[in-house]
Amino acid sequence: MNFKLKVWRQKNAVSPGSFKDYDAKDIPSEASFLEMLDIVNESLTGNSEDPIEFDSDCREGICGMCSLVINGIPHGPGKGTTCQVYMRRFTDGDTIWIEPFRAAAFSPIKDLVVDRSAFDRIIQAGGYIVVRTGSAPEANSLPVPKHNADLAMEAAACIGCGACVAACPNSSAMLFVAAKVSHLGLLPQGQAERETRAIHMVREMDELGFGNCRNYYECEAICPAEISATFIARLNRDYAAASAQEALTV
Amino acid sequence: MSVASPSTAPVRVFSKNPFIAFYQSSIGKKYVVAVTALILILYVLGHLAGNLQIFIGPDRINAYAKLLHDLGPILWVVRIFLLAAFVIHIVATIQLAHENRLAKPQKYAVPGYQRSSTAARTMLVSGVIVFCFVVYHLLQFTFEVTDPRYHQLRDSLGRHDVYRMLILGFRHPLISLFYIVGLFLLTNHLSHGLASVVQTLGINNRKTANFVASGGQTLAWVVFAGYVSIPVTILLGIIK
Repeated sequence: MNFKLKVWRQKNAVSPGSFKDYDAKDIPSEASFLEMLDIVNESLTGNSEDPIEFDSDCREGICGMCSLVINGIPHGPGKGTTCQVYMRRFTDGDTIWIEPFRAAAFSPIKDLVVDRSAFDRIIQAGGYIVVRTGSAPEANSLPVPKHNADLAMEAAACIGCGACVAACPNSSAMLFVAAKVSHLGLLPQGQAERETRAIHMVREMDELGFGNCRNYYECEAICPAEISATFIARLNRDYAAASAQEALTV
Repeated sequence: MSVASPSTAPVRVFSKNPFIAFYQSSIGKKYVVAVTALILILYVLGHLAGNLQIFIGPDRINAYAKLLHDLGPILWVVRIFLLAAFVIHIVATIQLAHENRLAKPQKYAVPGYQRSSTAARTMLVSGVIVFCFVVYHLLQFTFEVTDPRYHQLRDSLGRHDVYRMLILGFRHPLISLFYIVGLFLLTNHLSHGLASVVQTLGINNRKTANFVASGGQTLAWVVFAGYVSIPVTILLGIIK
């Protein structure tokens, strides 16, 4: 298969970027999108050109490292991560636009690679529980209702790839923060810090320059872990309750 | 990935006062928008119920108008409360929109919207036009400055003849058309806004999500049908 690529090239965070045209020739239909870029990069390095920089790691749809916005859709067409997109999804001769995740809070590094460490800082602000380490306690001593266990598991499926931010027209990180706040807030171990967690994570998110949720649900539509936007409603009420408690506590 | 790169993100700093800090946060500001929206939605529904009394007859709607005016100071308390909700709703939305613009400095070359509705993406535009519509509506029927005859209209009991005023106003096809367009945009605003209020206030969950989304749209179109029925029936000469 042959494709015309329009790829965002940017030397570093400060220099302006632009789209450059590339021809992807003789691509096997069973190649993944990232493998297609590998093939293009092979020919670029053969011609002593700078290869296209992009993020990837496990290439099994698990780790959340790959990014890319393909034809305006974070992670490209279909559910799942970029590494799970195969070239057979496209038609021979297609023009494909490839861009990095765009958000003020995700600053560019090079080409299609952006700095997503803002998510790490949100986790550092409260996405954990403070427990004494040691041997695992007896599981049955801490009962968890089945419904809560299922919901918590669903929220914990978030791989923190940042596609929700990339898809959101306002670069809001609400789906990510909602998933992280909910998966701990639904379990007994997370109750002690439930209020402070919601407050600290939301404020860290705001301080980092993520936008505000306007209920577009673009995030839910593209999330490779299929996190439901109803977790955002849960975060909204957790945050409001925590703020009320903060205001009333002397 | 610890590469020191300059972020273009604006810096938000939170106040020590929990009330101010709540408003400064994204969710806090959205709560304020949602609560004021709820007040305005209740008003839109109440106003509709009041207006539909035109179909019962001139006596009924004129009596209703007199009842409201006889409330005196209470009417002004309600008016100031509604005006405050309206202003706060707009101010908080402008602040949110400004922050959102800063958060997404560059759009994608190819827009790849998957889920969001046109109504959702045009909330600011529909909001601005609804604002203009409300201003004209108040000038016409509350302050009565668009037509000097409105002041003098009295019914047989000496009450202000609201019934006649509506008929005189909506008999003009252009004015009626403007109302229908204004209401259509209000409907667009509500079709995303009603469900958004529920989501933002955090009373949504996966059992209710679909009902809330479709219920919000249905209610928005019910509001449209209810309000539009008045200029349309006057234009068609059904109400004279």
